[in-house]
Amino acid sequence: MTLTLETRDLTIRFGGHVAVNSVTCTFRPGELTAIVGPNGAGKTTYFNLISGQLRASNGSILFDGTDITQHSAPMRTRAGLGRAFQLTNLFPNLTVEENVRLAVQAANGTHYDMLRPWMVRRELIAHADAILDQVALGSRRGVAATALSHGDQRKLEVALMIALEPKVFMFDEPTAGMSIDEVPVVLNLIAQLKQDRSKIILLVEHKMDVVRSLADRIIVLHNGQLVADGPPAEVIASPIVQEAYLGVAPKTAAGSAA
Amino acid sequence: MMILSGDPPRSRILTLVLVVIILALAATPFLFPGAKALNVAAKICVFAALVASYDLLLGYTGSVSFAHTMFYGIGSYAIAIALYGMGPNWAAVATGIVVGLPLAALLALAIGLFSLRVAAIFFAMITLAVASAFQVLASQLSWLTGGEDGRSFQLPQLLRPGTVLIPKSLVGFEVNGRILTYYLVFAISALMILALLRVVNSPFGRVLQAIRENRFRAEALGFRTVFHLTYANCIAALVAASAGILNALWLRYAGPDTSLSFSIMLDILLMVVIGGMGTIYGAIIGATIFILAQNYLQSLMGVASTAASEAGLPLLPGLLHPDRWLLWLGLLFIASVYFFPTGVVGRLRNPAGGKSAGSSH
Repeated sequence: MTLTLETRDLTIRFGGHVAVNSVTCTFRPGELTAIVGPNGAGKTTYFNLISGQLRASNGSILFDGTDITQHSAPMRTRAGLGRAFQLTNLFPNLTVEENVRLAVQAANGTHYDMLRPWMVRRELIAHADAILDQVALGSRRGVAATALSHGDQRKLEVALMIALEPKVFMFDEPTAGMSIDEVPVVLNLIAQLKQDRSKIILLVEHKMDVVRSLADRIIVLHNGQLVADGPPAEVIASPIVQEAYLGVAPKTAAGSAA
Repeated sequence: MMILSGDPPRSRILTLVLVVIILALAATPFLFPGAKALNVAAKICVFAALVASYDLLLGYTGSVSFAHTMFYGIGSYAIAIALYGMGPNWAAVATGIVVGLPLAALLALAIGLFSLRVAAIFFAMITLAVASAFQVLASQLSWLTGGEDGRSFQLPQLLRPGTVLIPKSLVGFEVNGRILTYYLVFAISALMILALLRVVNSPFGRVLQAIRENRFRAEALGFRTVFHLTYANCIAALVAASAGILNALWLRYAGPDTSLSFSIMLDILLMVVIGGMGTIYGAIIGATIFILAQNYLQSLMGVASTAASEAGLPLLPGLLHPDRWLLWLGLLFIASVYFFPTGVVGRLRNPAGGKSAGSSH
């Protein structure tokens, strides 16, 4: 059985507000799915539900054949769900290298080793350094994470997820706020990950050119609901997307709205 | 490097200061005659370990505990009650250790699992409540603990001052049971500090720092943080209880004022802050400065006051009168916290005074 990630009628309510409303969707390996929608559509909330930062009010999440709806965030990460956050979420006063080492040791299962100092775990240190080179942060390894530029912090955020070696990669606007010349590093990384057809990749992204160049499939969230799902060209051209993004209601919208 | 677990002092002055302190402590029985010097040195050793264990909690995990003196007290009382009840023999010492340490660890485990799941303030409040309850319990169960009077006891023969191990005629000075006890305190404290240095520089220790920095993210990386915090709490409790055992052995007494009172808790907090949080080395510096000031500031001021009045200076003799020593101690602390917000160690490692870049090597 191949790896699948599936949400069934996934719903979360905050008081009277339904942020994610009965979203049913299945993600398969080798397919990069872009999740698009206007601000406040529930994209990040949907991510938070999948990776366990929020608990669903209704519905369920199945990963690799297991119902993980009630599992904690650490359990889901250990099961193979990797998450890079939209708002940079690092360990500010630890060095860049220590940030990545933490993710490497988490993936390695080194959680409670308190008898050996870090310096003897050479294989883990080498692995962390290799990942830093991959995201072009090798020269910044001794710097505190808080001292990095915004773009470098975003790259470090991605490096942490790569270090976890997950089965599912969840990118939440990985290039937001990056300068033009920094964007390719991250996009190339995602393209590289895509080559490995055994991974599920989810990408929340606003830049339509990025979505067009990377995505195999687009799903559209609008007011918490899944309103479109299909190949990029088809979805982008659909009236519902035009409406959700541009705020205009094309004349043909009535017939195809979900 | 390996004995320091890859975390050297990283400052030439700091290294020098530490070497001087450790050599002075090691040579105190021969360098500084008199009971007071040895008492002060033993207290510095015990508190360096006790403060280092508190630093594991406050400096590395960022959790504030008010129960540290409780664990210190558990160690003290366990050994005191055992030696008081069973007589001055080694079986009693072993009993005190075998009862005291697991008791401290179990209590820390229970408090941790119960309260470290949620917000940090809850842990602080729970430790405050449990520590207060323990203090009341210790004074109420006077049949066991001796109440407010505490328990005085005798040490096994080997550790008594009357036991001459090496006579003066042989090497020029007498090595007796008291000096042996001092070295026992010195060696075990040093071992515990090195062990803590190992723990904070292990992969486990990095996770503790990660939790301090960003617990949410640490969980997103797959760490079950409540267990890390609870284990850290247990390790800190074990070291604190061991320090309590050493202190009781040195004083041949355990009572509420020497092992349980909240003023000791405040002293520990001050020593951590003065030395430098999250450094372990800060514990040695903080304990040394604080305890030296506590013990010698008064007599130093007496000398200064007399000198000032002999010189005919106005106002100064009154200000420097030995009775005002607490005022000066207080001013000293305000000044040190104001000028060294990252503690002495933080300041020495980063003379520019900027924000520390964390530990890198």
